[in-house]
Amino acid sequence: MSMQDVITDYIRDEYLEDEAQSVELDTPLISSGIVDSFSMVSLKTFLENKYNIKIPDEEATPEAFDTVRKIMELVRKFAPDAG
Amino acid sequence: MSARERKPNLGSYEDSLRDFTWNVAERELQRDEAAPFNIAYYCVDRHCSQGKGAKTALIWESMQGEVRKYDFQQMKLYSNAFAARLQELGIKKGDRVAVYLDRVPPLYFAFFGILKLGAIAVPLFSAFGEEALEVRLSDCAAVACVTSTRLVRRLRKARTSLPLLKHLLVVDAAGAEGLQDGETAFAVEQLPPVEEFPIADVDAETPSVLHYTSGTTGQPKGALHVHGSLPQQSLTTKWVLDVREDDVYWCTADPGWVTGISYGVIGPWSLAATQLVLEVGFIPARWYNAIQTHKVTVWYSAPTAIRLLMREGDEIVGNYDLSSLRHLCSVGEPLNPEAVIWSQKVFGKPFHDTWWQTETGSIMVTNFPGMVVKPGSMGKPFPGVTAAVLDEDYQPIAQPNRSGKLALKPPWPSMFRQYWNNPQTYAAKFKNGWYVTGDRARIDEEGYFWFEGRDDDVINTGGHLVAPFEVESALLEHEAVAESAAIGTPDPVNMEVVKAYVALNSGFEPSKELELSIMNFVRKRLSPLAMPQVIEFIDKLPKTRSGKIMRRVLRAMDRGEPVGDLSTLEAD
Repeated sequence: MSMQDVITDYIRDEYLEDEAQSVELDTPLISSGIVDSFSMVSLKTFLENKYNIKIPDEEATPEAFDTVRKIMELVRKFAPDAG
Repeated sequence: MSARERKPNLGSYEDSLRDFTWNVAERELQRDEAAPFNIAYYCVDRHCSQGKGAKTALIWESMQGEVRKYDFQQMKLYSNAFAARLQELGIKKGDRVAVYLDRVPPLYFAFFGILKLGAIAVPLFSAFGEEALEVRLSDCAAVACVTSTRLVRRLRKARTSLPLLKHLLVVDAAGAEGLQDGETAFAVEQLPPVEEFPIADVDAETPSVLHYTSGTTGQPKGALHVHGSLPQQSLTTKWVLDVREDDVYWCTADPGWVTGISYGVIGPWSLAATQLVLEVGFIPARWYNAIQTHKVTVWYSAPTAIRLLMREGDEIVGNYDLSSLRHLCSVGEPLNPEAVIWSQKVFGKPFHDTWWQTETGSIMVTNFPGMVVKPGSMGKPFPGVTAAVLDEDYQPIAQPNRSGKLALKPPWPSMFRQYWNNPQTYAAKFKNGWYVTGDRARIDEEGYFWFEGRDDDVINTGGHLVAPFEVESALLEHEAVAESAAIGTPDPVNMEVVKAYVALNSGFEPSKELELSIMNFVRKRLSPLAMPQVIEFIDKLPKTRSGKIMRRVLRAMDRGEPVGDLSTLEAD
């Protein structure tokens, strides 16, 4: 399963309430209200567990978590070999 | 003199104290004895009758950046139409009508519509999960809830155990598609126009808003406010937030909480100011852009947001023209000195900290415009407010700089009148003739108040109070959790975040996956605010012999401090 699929599935399962809503690579997550700033913490924990990394709080900004593409860039920064 | 330099509304703090009575607040409001003492009248209809109907009341910016503007005449027509719709459904004076919406224009039309009818508005934070909704809607026996197509799903789940909740009003859809029994859908702006609606003739003691807040024990409590809160909310907006009719004012608080109502609806609109509302949450670039685009003059925000802006750095600030800003204020938790100094550096003016609570209804202790700001201080009491710190016997402490229980001398106009259905807890808040706030503070030699921390177990995260009991109740519903305790653990941005100590049922082992599962479980049941951001698995919780969890011991363990006297702990 690609990193994009892993992250997209998690967001769909945990944060989306409307099953008809889709999450694409560039769908806004924070600025659209799908994920709020407090819920970002559980998304960050998921990424850290899944990819065995530690994302510093300074890097976990609303902008860095705003799309699946940006989240993937962030993960790869700390886990260059991850998918 | 430019707008940015003009004199504050409050000339001199010392002068204002002299001979102050709350009649000053009614006089400043220009109380109209012939009109109903109804918040909706003073915030909307009166401006129309005074020829200000075409003045912009609300500038709303959507998630996608679309901007809509509404003038006071539109606010009047839409709130009239909403009130008439409620009336058609049989909703009447005194009924509780909840508002469970994101920051969208219909929220404001609905709020004033509810008040025009004489019903009681119950604001609910839009991130609440089904359990948080059920507890609050059940406690106040709400007959209706105003919501959206996005949020109605959570309400449907909660509604199965709420027989008294007869109506769900979905206000962002005109169609009936997918509606269930007791649900009605309409777009407020498309309702038949109602030019005049007979505003309920209420008096100062008629209930207006029921705000739920978290206490030391038990479930959240409904702090009941009255229409008579208005003069104080209006005067504090004028003197503390320094708002005037020609201001573009932006309160970043969500209208699901008291700040978002007292100072995101009532106070500024009583002064006919223009309010900016952003649907989007905290995004630094969007925030700075909004100040620049809409030329915000007065900005009321929270320490958590300010600290996050600090983290984003000074460079981004230089990308925007923020020269419209005239006055900055903050609320929710103590504003650290570094944040005050930073705002002076980058905005050219300090954030003024304000202190108050859901129960107080309006600002009580504050840094006034024009007053020397001591960075980190709460400031001084508002005129008419008697504040003190009390010792363990609830006697005022005369010596300066001695820590005690922060207390206020009742009554004051915007004070809560009861906890809904909970007279015992209400009575317990008053000791020796004082309202005891639950915060600790000290007063320095010059009369400035300094926040010292909570005096109870309530967790303050990002300016929101979270009750440990509510978190623990939700945790117990997770299949892996045998027992749990929630405390606040220090956090550089949010002051505190929720930390849970969890003992597992047999058959479950601590793991990172289980930790995440528990976090998400509480997030969905209650809200993202209440979600434990830190979970520590523990074999057994420290308890008294009577079985009460000793959160004091857990807090000391968390901070690496001595745990103190454990003689009352239960024997192993």
